[in-house]
Amino acid sequence: MSILLDRDTKVIVQGITGRMARFHTKDMVNYGTNIVGGVVPGKGGETVDGLPVFDTVKDAVAATGAEASLVFVPPPFAADSIMEAADAGISYCVCITDGIPAGDMIRVKRYMMRYPKERRMVLTGPNCAGTISPGEALLGIMPGHIYLKGNVGIIGRSGTLGYEAAAQLKELGLGVSTSVGIGGDPINGSSFKDILQRFEEDDGTEVICMIGEIGGPQEAEAADYIRDHITKPVVAYVAGLTAPKGRTMGHAGAIISAFGESASEKVEILSAVGVTVAENPAVIGETIARVMGKAA
Amino acid sequence: MDIHEYQAKEILSGFGVEVPPGALAYSPEQAAYRARELGGDKWVVKAQVHAGGRGKAGGVKLCDSDHAIHEASEDMFGRKLVTHQTGPEGKGIYRVYVESAVPIETEFYLGFVMDRSSQRVMIVASAEGGMEIEDISANKPDSIVRSTVEPAVGLQDFQAREIAFKLGIAPGLVSQMVRTLQGCYRAFSELDATMVEINPLVVTGDDRVIALDAKMTFDDNALFRHPQISELRDKSQEDPRESRAADRGLSYVGLDGNIGCIVNGAGLAMATMDTIMLAGGAPANFLDIGGGATPERVAKAFRLVLSDTNVQAVLVNIFAGINRCDWVAEGVVQALKDVQVDVPVIVRLAGTNVEEGQKILAKSGLPIIRANTLMEAAERAVGAWQNDLSQGTRVRAIT
Repeated sequence: MSILLDRDTKVIVQGITGRMARFHTKDMVNYGTNIVGGVVPGKGGETVDGLPVFDTVKDAVAATGAEASLVFVPPPFAADSIMEAADAGISYCVCITDGIPAGDMIRVKRYMMRYPKERRMVLTGPNCAGTISPGEALLGIMPGHIYLKGNVGIIGRSGTLGYEAAAQLKELGLGVSTSVGIGGDPINGSSFKDILQRFEEDDGTEVICMIGEIGGPQEAEAADYIRDHITKPVVAYVAGLTAPKGRTMGHAGAIISAFGESASEKVEILSAVGVTVAENPAVIGETIARVMGKAA
Repeated sequence: MDIHEYQAKEILSGFGVEVPPGALAYSPEQAAYRARELGGDKWVVKAQVHAGGRGKAGGVKLCDSDHAIHEASEDMFGRKLVTHQTGPEGKGIYRVYVESAVPIETEFYLGFVMDRSSQRVMIVASAEGGMEIEDISANKPDSIVRSTVEPAVGLQDFQAREIAFKLGIAPGLVSQMVRTLQGCYRAFSELDATMVEINPLVVTGDDRVIALDAKMTFDDNALFRHPQISELRDKSQEDPRESRAADRGLSYVGLDGNIGCIVNGAGLAMATMDTIMLAGGAPANFLDIGGGATPERVAKAFRLVLSDTNVQAVLVNIFAGINRCDWVAEGVVQALKDVQVDVPVIVRLAGTNVEEGQKILAKSGLPIIRANTLMEAAERAVGAWQNDLSQGTRVRAIT
């Protein structure tokens, strides 16, 4: 089992004709993702690598029955593309784009509120590596071969650190149900809490791995949620113990600006609700193995 | 991106926020002349640096004559102002702002921030003006008034009035307060700021609401649509290594340690720094070279990291996902041939084609220390540096 995405999910790529988008679309198709087309305004009717291109997301949904979308659109236009997907009835959207203005994301989040909860699009990202349900489908830019199919659910703000965790698990013979990148931006589509809830409900997920970092309140909010609602074991790692206060560390959202936003404070908050915290990034895999009762 | 106080005041004044009359000067003579132009008999000379806490550090002086202004600014120009926000190296003073002094009756704190919890703009205000917000929230948390703005309709007057009344503003001044709050919010949202801070906002003896200080920070990701804001960038206020990195599309933050880091991905870069610390060392920098670790980027990264003379070992940690390790390894070898590297280099590769990558590093004949795991890499980097130290053959002289 997996969350958000499986081999049957019909996927479109917004901005499919871009160089990076084409490269990764081929990669996703090779992995087995059910890509049914793409959207580029003004290029409707064309095909790219055998996939039909549509002018609007509504056209793409009408013609293909697409349910999920991958936004690969440059920062100035990305917020608009996410809102277009939400309005066209897409149920799950991953936005890869790095560099979307935070003000645009505030508007996106507000715009999505206009749809009733049962048909409100789920957004993960922006500024993330995507989502993968190993052996099923890949919606993003991660290297599929480092993920083994299994029962660890991964949620992370960082792309390469998520790869690191998956590769360590694979080394130990452990696999992943779904890995979800929630992205490194200050205003994001889904928080740890939103994804934790899905993993709790997923029969295929036995243990949840949270990869956090400095900045923002979402790890602390997740801790409250774990205490009150999560029965499955949670393992966490928080990056940025050595990060100075008030400096942006690569990700726009990785900045300590308030109490509780440093790595050590987050580790403390998570430990207090029973989360097993991996002391350093090299032992994320073995910490998960230990929690699962599988000797590392 | 940060801007100077005088720039923030000019912007806010364009949105209806009242500020004291003032003028910019690049020399003590000009400062004295500006004061004569402004008129009056009391002025404030303020060092223009991108940092708070200027008053306590001697960057703000009250003067009552041309002569005093000349003297105060002569003292400031060319100096590095060290405040609690600048770090020990301080920030250079190259501009001063001369302002007419204002008779202060009461002081307030006013801030607009991106609240990540509600994912909205939040107004934070307090009647304890003049203090830093951190101190207010630590010592007078009950004095803080908060209000979030609904993004679809913007700040409503009733919200602004509520804040004014909670702060205890005299009824006759509420409309001025509303105008100030609305102006700040409009500047914040129309110009894609991430922070607007007025500390203090004052009520004067003659019943005016005036922004005595102003700070604005802008969203780097939105500068593409605000060229007039981009132009306000002042490189003299940035760490030169960070400016150089930003100009080359690399994300770099200089730190105090001596083990340089070259990593792909922000999260992995922070994790690498943390591992160095756990291994008993101290990272010299944060550096994310991005997804595509091309030879050119790796070479640029080496030059940048080595421009820090404290660096005594370099740790390269690349997780090759879409890229392949053999390709990254060739990049590292090429970079080491192009750039004179006079410190131990530790390379840890992981991901696709890792064995081929290791072979390329081994065959290169270059003195590369290889590592398989992140912990091993950190331990070897710390070990290599300590080894140099104990043998007295420290490769780089500390300048």
